[in-house]
Amino acid sequence: MSMTQNFWFLIIGLLFSIFFFLEGFDFGVGMSIKGLAKNEAERDSLISSIGPHWDGNEVWLITAGGALFASFPMWYASLFSGFYLILLFVLIALIFRGVSFEFRSRMHTDSGRNIWEWAASIGSFCAPFLLGMLFTAMVKGMPIDKAGDISASFTDYVNWFSIVGGVAVALLCLLHGLNFIRLKTTGELRQRALAYSKPLYWVLYAGEVVFAILVYVYTDFFTDKPLSTLLILVAIVALSVIDHVGTLMDHEKLSFFSTGLTLVGVVVLLFNGLYPRVMIANNPKFSILAADASSSPYTLHIMTIVTLSILPIVLVYFIWSYWVFRKRIQTKGVSHAE
Amino acid sequence: MLSSGISIVFLARWQFAMTTIFHFFFVPFSIGLGFIVAIMELLYVIKKNDVYKQMTIFWGRIFLLSFAVGVVTGLIQEFQFGMNWSVYSRFMGDIFGAPLAIEALAAFFMESTFIGLWIFTWDRFPAWLHCLMIWLVSFGTMLSALWILAANSFMQNPVGYMIDPKTGRANMVSFFDVINNYQLKMEFPHVIFGAWVTAAIVIAGMSAWALLRNKTKFTDFWRKSIKVSLIVGLIASIGVIAAGDLQTRYVSNEQQMKFAAMEGVYKTTGKSAPWSAIAGLDTTNHKTKWSLDVPYALSMLTYHKTTGAVKGMNEVNKTLHAKYDKQFGKSVNYYVPTKTLFWSFRVMAISGGWFALVSIVGLWMNRKSSESILNQRWFLYVLGLTMWLPFAANTAGWLITEFGRNPWVVYGLLTIADAVSPNVSVASLLTSNILYFAVFCCLGLVMIWLAHRELRKGPDDLASLDQAVIDPYAKEAFSK
Repeated sequence: MSMTQNFWFLIIGLLFSIFFFLEGFDFGVGMSIKGLAKNEAERDSLISSIGPHWDGNEVWLITAGGALFASFPMWYASLFSGFYLILLFVLIALIFRGVSFEFRSRMHTDSGRNIWEWAASIGSFCAPFLLGMLFTAMVKGMPIDKAGDISASFTDYVNWFSIVGGVAVALLCLLHGLNFIRLKTTGELRQRALAYSKPLYWVLYAGEVVFAILVYVYTDFFTDKPLSTLLILVAIVALSVIDHVGTLMDHEKLSFFSTGLTLVGVVVLLFNGLYPRVMIANNPKFSILAADASSSPYTLHIMTIVTLSILPIVLVYFIWSYWVFRKRIQTKGVSHAE
Repeated sequence: MLSSGISIVFLARWQFAMTTIFHFFFVPFSIGLGFIVAIMELLYVIKKNDVYKQMTIFWGRIFLLSFAVGVVTGLIQEFQFGMNWSVYSRFMGDIFGAPLAIEALAAFFMESTFIGLWIFTWDRFPAWLHCLMIWLVSFGTMLSALWILAANSFMQNPVGYMIDPKTGRANMVSFFDVINNYQLKMEFPHVIFGAWVTAAIVIAGMSAWALLRNKTKFTDFWRKSIKVSLIVGLIASIGVIAAGDLQTRYVSNEQQMKFAAMEGVYKTTGKSAPWSAIAGLDTTNHKTKWSLDVPYALSMLTYHKTTGAVKGMNEVNKTLHAKYDKQFGKSVNYYVPTKTLFWSFRVMAISGGWFALVSIVGLWMNRKSSESILNQRWFLYVLGLTMWLPFAANTAGWLITEFGRNPWVVYGLLTIADAVSPNVSVASLLTSNILYFAVFCCLGLVMIWLAHRELRKGPDDLASLDQAVIDPYAKEAFSK
């Protein structure tokens, strides 16, 4: 496997990591619109807190998809055609969630707003849940044929492992979102987010233990790469503990960054186990290797140059926009645009 | 097996048509609207007249609605290549993926970041900086069009590639050639001018409806909106016609089947080709049944002179069979959906001329010294109804481009029938088609309803402009 192929495998992992770190919290805030917020003003605050950011965060997913297509077309083709229905529902979730914030702000009645709040909430839960399922099912292994096409049945997609994976990712996003709310709001709403997140850690620990066992049962991670797999799992649990401590001590930045990094840890775990494959087949003979799935050296070379010259500029204004909106949201000060 | 194979291709094509057409209602509208809103804000910064701020906020709201729907429907586009067209993705990924990834990296980040900044920083940024945000958004939308059209252009006119003898896949050999594609140079200006016209005509049309309802309320606001939009509309409709003319002549050279179908020419013409304004086409026997001809006009359109023969579809068909039968077999049908192309071209061309005409008349009636636009209600009705036409024209343009590519998904390299995902079931495709259709109906209706309501409400009063903008990030809130 060439150096550029390794580099692009890393870039894909990095793009998905950034995506989960960033969109993870706006998924979590989206889930909290129903449930955490008690009234209209609080719901406004929650949506305002992610208002300037969620769209940019989602672009990391679009970029990851595009980069996957450009650098590993065989991976992109197998993955996207093979996980057809899951991706369809991810798209539907992202579509309704995506328009919900804008549409909600134009509604004049409570029931009108209610519809789009539910759309945001359900969409924000379904998208990370389904993506978690997808990635877990992917590392478990799929029935892949010689041509690289998946022809799988229901239980290949939906099984204990993938359900636990989906729930774990959604739960982490929820916690990440609650931590973001603590970071961006004041007063009662902030206190409630803190109170809500405390018991969730015990669910998270249980989930992580079950997940680790299922990784052992369903994947070859422990036989293939025992040391790194174990280390990453330990890191994930350690980060959860740090996050928990940050919550108990009411240290919101610590909590926020460690839930984000926990999500990154999950991506790292999956990509580490995947390497040097990009798709795992039930029959190891048909697993797709990164070395075979990539674009030509020329295209990878071009993409490397383009990425290295554009990405730094993107990062500068992306981070600048977070700096501009670094302040907390005032719940009382928020009123409707109309 | 055979019948299910046909269904997969049919359903995947249906889905591509449906999702792309729906997506492309919002894309040109957003590109154009972003540009015109940016002009409005620039006018506000320069002239410091509050009515321009009022215009920026009001039309900006419509822009945000359209942008949101455009973004989410665009997600489908990126995913469906892999989902429905996996063979295509494998064959073309080496070339097609790059512009798609660059589009996300260079354009989508720009649009999404600066639109977030633009929405929430009215109070916090100085006017010029705030204005810069919307210009960056607008620039981002056009940059995005450039990259996706670069990808499309390769499908129409593959350049800068080589077929890998080992894998049989297309590999990029020159990135420069791929983005320097002549097809792209023809397509891009046509699409951008088309987008400006779309938004211009819709702004003018919506303003016309508002004036029809009540010509005394916000009169200055609606008239200024008409003025700004129709100036853009006039320039852009001339641009779209000129770019279209260049493109048509290019197509007549490079994609003769597409061109012949656009003009309904089955039999190769004589030395000076007449242009059929309308015609009855017999697509089973490949004959023109009757036509209303303008002598010399087709030669004029094609070569800008009175002589010059145009090859008919029947002759082009033979050439294509001779060229490709060895590799793709005799059974490939090289005739494109002729009636669709023929009539779509007429819809598009007439619309282009009509937009220019409406813009000129509108600007004249709306001139400062005259009240005629308020009193000539018939013209306001014309303007109001015309606002739906750009959407038809845009769709017609893409029908020509994409149907005219038949039977290829990548011209001369891969047929549509061979490009589809073999492992996706008819049931899955049917499910996704039905769901997308339902989603589009929902989004489309909500969008129209909301835009209609914004219009009825009208702009915010000048006095309450400051409250019209949301800034939840209270200054005093910066504390733990």
